[in-house]
Amino acid sequence: MTTLDSSKEIQKNNSEVNETHEDFRMFGLITFLIADGMTFAGFFAAYLTYKAVNPLPDGAIYELELPIPTLNTILLLVSSATFHKAGKALLKDKNSESQKWLFFTAFLGIIFLICQLFEYFHLPFGLTDNLFASTFYALTGFHGLHVTLGTLMILIIAWQSRIKGGRLTSQNMFPLEAVELYWHFVDGIWVILFIILYLL
Amino acid sequence: MTISIDPQKTNNESLQPKGWLRYFSFSLDHKVIGIQYLVCGFLFYLIGGTLASAIRIELASPMSDFMPRDVYNQVLTLHGTIMIFLWIVPVVNGAFGNYLIPFYVGARDMAFPRLNAVAFWLIPPSGLMLVASYFVDGAAQAGWTAYPPLSITTPQSGQIIWILSVLLLGGSSIFGGINFIATIIKLRRPGLKLMQLPMYCWAMLGTSLLVVLSTPVLAGTLILLSFDIIANTGFFNPVLGGNVVVYQHLFWFYSHPAVYIMVLPAFGLVSEILPVHARKPLFGYTTMVFSIMGIVVLGLVVWAHHMFTSGTPPWMRLFFTIATAFIAVPTGIKFFNWVATLWGGKISINSAMLFSCGFIINFVFGGITGVALAQVPFDIHVHDTYFVVAHFHYIVYGGTVFIIFSSIYHWFPKVTGKMLNEKLGILHFIITFIGFNLCFAPQHWLGLNGMPRRVAEYDPQFQFVNQISSIGALLMAISTIPFLINVFLSVRNGKDAGDNPWNALTPEWLTSSPPPVENWEGEAPLVEEPYGYGKEISERK
Repeated sequence: MTTLDSSKEIQKNNSEVNETHEDFRMFGLITFLIADGMTFAGFFAAYLTYKAVNPLPDGAIYELELPIPTLNTILLLVSSATFHKAGKALLKDKNSESQKWLFFTAFLGIIFLICQLFEYFHLPFGLTDNLFASTFYALTGFHGLHVTLGTLMILIIAWQSRIKGGRLTSQNMFPLEAVELYWHFVDGIWVILFIILYLL
Repeated sequence: MTISIDPQKTNNESLQPKGWLRYFSFSLDHKVIGIQYLVCGFLFYLIGGTLASAIRIELASPMSDFMPRDVYNQVLTLHGTIMIFLWIVPVVNGAFGNYLIPFYVGARDMAFPRLNAVAFWLIPPSGLMLVASYFVDGAAQAGWTAYPPLSITTPQSGQIIWILSVLLLGGSSIFGGINFIATIIKLRRPGLKLMQLPMYCWAMLGTSLLVVLSTPVLAGTLILLSFDIIANTGFFNPVLGGNVVVYQHLFWFYSHPAVYIMVLPAFGLVSEILPVHARKPLFGYTTMVFSIMGIVVLGLVVWAHHMFTSGTPPWMRLFFTIATAFIAVPTGIKFFNWVATLWGGKISINSAMLFSCGFIINFVFGGITGVALAQVPFDIHVHDTYFVVAHFHYIVYGGTVFIIFSSIYHWFPKVTGKMLNEKLGILHFIITFIGFNLCFAPQHWLGLNGMPRRVAEYDPQFQFVNQISSIGALLMAISTIPFLINVFLSVRNGKDAGDNPWNALTPEWLTSSPPPVENWEGEAPLVEEPYGYGKEISERK
C-alpha cells in the first residue's frame, strides 16, 4: 500500500482510511518456505526412487561414516536453540546479549559448513562417480547453500542489532523472526536429510 | 502486529514517471504491473505465433523443405516454451490477476508491491534470453518438455539457456503466487467474507496454491538436468546408471498442474464476464468454489497420465486413469454452471460474450478428448500423435486464449476509459473461431491415423488434411490484424466508455475508468453480492 502519487487529494483520502494494515510479511515468508520445501521434497522423492529402482554396481556401495553428520545435526539443533535465546534477549531490549547469541548462532553455522566441507574432501567418491554420489552431493550441496545464505543473514541482523533503537529493536522484531523461521526450516530439512541419506 | 504507513517514506514514490513512461519503469502500482504483464505477454504471443506459422508452413508439405529439420525442432521448442511460459501463464495469472485482484478484495495494491514488480521484471530478460539462444548455437531442440536423454544429447548451450530462462520464469511465477495468496487471504477489506469474493479470486487462490506447491519441483528437476548437461552427472542419463522416468515424474508433477495454472484463471475470468453480459447471477457460486478447490487437489495427483507409455506399472495406470477421470466431475459442474448462467438471461451479443461462448464450445470439446486420453488403452494408441496436439490446443488456445481476448474486450473500457470497436471485435472473433477450429479439428483425425507429432516430415497420405490445418493457422495469424487495428484506433479515438459501460456490479467498476492511482477516491466499497443482477436495486445487499 505504497502511495505512488504525491497528489495531496489522494494522500488526504488515505489518511482518513486504512492507514494501517495487518503485518503479513511472515505469512508471505511461510508461503515461500512451503515452496522451498517442495524443492527439497522433489529431491528427496528422486533420491528415494533411485534407491528403490536403480541398484548400484557392487563396487559402488559404500557405508557413510556417521560421526561428522551426527555432530552436524547436533550443531544445527543447538544453533536453533541459541537463535531462540537471541530473540528472547532482544524482546527484553538486551541488545548486546542478543547480538552475542546471534554471533554464536552464526559461528555454529560456519562450523557446520566447515564440517560439511571436511566430509566432502574425505569421502571416497566424487560428484560423477555413480548415481548415489551425485544425489548425495546435490542434496547436501543444496542444503549447504541454504545454510550459507542463512549464516549470511544471521550476520547481517547481528550487525543491525548492534545499537539500541537501530534497525532491529524489540518494536521491530520482524528481521530476526523471519531469519529465525528460515533457520528452523533449514534445520528441519537437515534432520529429514540426515535420516533418509545417512540412516536409511 | 500492524504496520503504519509513514507518509514521508511514500513521498519518494512521486519520483516515478507519469503517463505512458510509467509502463517502462519499476512501478509498484498493481495496475501498471498488470498492463506491463499483458503487453509484454502479447509481444511474446506475436513471436510465438510467428513460430507457429513457420511450423504450419513447414507442415504444408510432407518433406522438410521450408527449413532444416534441426531448425524445425528449435522452432517447435521455442513455440511451446514461449507460448506457455511467456504468454499464457504471465497473462492469465500476472496480467489479469494483478489488475483485478486488489479491486476484488477491496485493497489499494497487492500485498507485496515490490516483490510484484520484481516478479514482472524477471520476465522480459528471460524471454529475450530464450529468443536470443537461437542466434548463439541454436536454441534448445528437446521440446518444451526437455525430456532426457534427448535434452542431454542435443547441443548444450541452447538447452542450458532454456533451463536458465525457465528457472527465472518459474521464480517469477512463484513470487506472483505468494503475492496472490497473501493478497486474497490477508488483504481483504474488513467485512468482506471469503464466500463473497468474485469467482476470479477463488480461481487465482487455487492457481497460486498449485504454483507454490508444484513449480519448485520443476526448478529442482531442471537444476538436476543442468548438472547432467554441464557436470556429466547421471541423474537422468541411462548410460551413467540414471533413470529417465524419474525426470518424467518430476517434470509432470509440475507440468500437469501447469495446465490448471493456465486454465483455472480462465475459468475465473469467464465466470466474471458471463453474468455481466447475460444480466444474471452466476449460477451455483458454492459449487463453483468447491469444484475449483477439487480441481486443485485432484490436479496434483494425476500427473502420470502423461506417462502411460513410459513403462508405468499397472497399479499406477489404474490409479492415474481413475484420478484423471474424476477431474471431469468438477470441470463438468463448472461447464453446466456457465450454461445455466446463460440460460434465460438477457444476453448481449458483443465481442466479450462471443469469445466467452467460443471458449465454452472449444473447452467442452477439449475436455471430452481429455477424458478419452485418460483411458490407458486409447492413450497408448494416440500417445505422441497429433491427437494430443489437438487436445492440448483446444484447452489452451480454444480455452485460455479465447478467454484472454474476451477479457481484453471486457476490461479494455476499465483500463483506458475507451470502448473497443464492436464491429472489428466481432470480425476478430469470427476469423479466430473459424481459423482455430479449421486448424486443430482436423488434427484429431491425423492423430487417430497415426501421424506422430514433433516431426518435420510425414507420410504423404496426410498432406491434404495438413494443408487444411495450415489454412486454419493462416486465418488465426490474420485474425490478430483486426484486433491490433482495433486496439490502436480505440486507444486514440475510441468512444468514451464512462465509468461503468456494462453496468457491472463487481468492485472494479465502482471506481472511475481508468481508476485513480490507489484505486478508490475514498474507502473501498463493500460488495457483498458481486453477481446480484436481475434484482431490484433495493433487494441488493
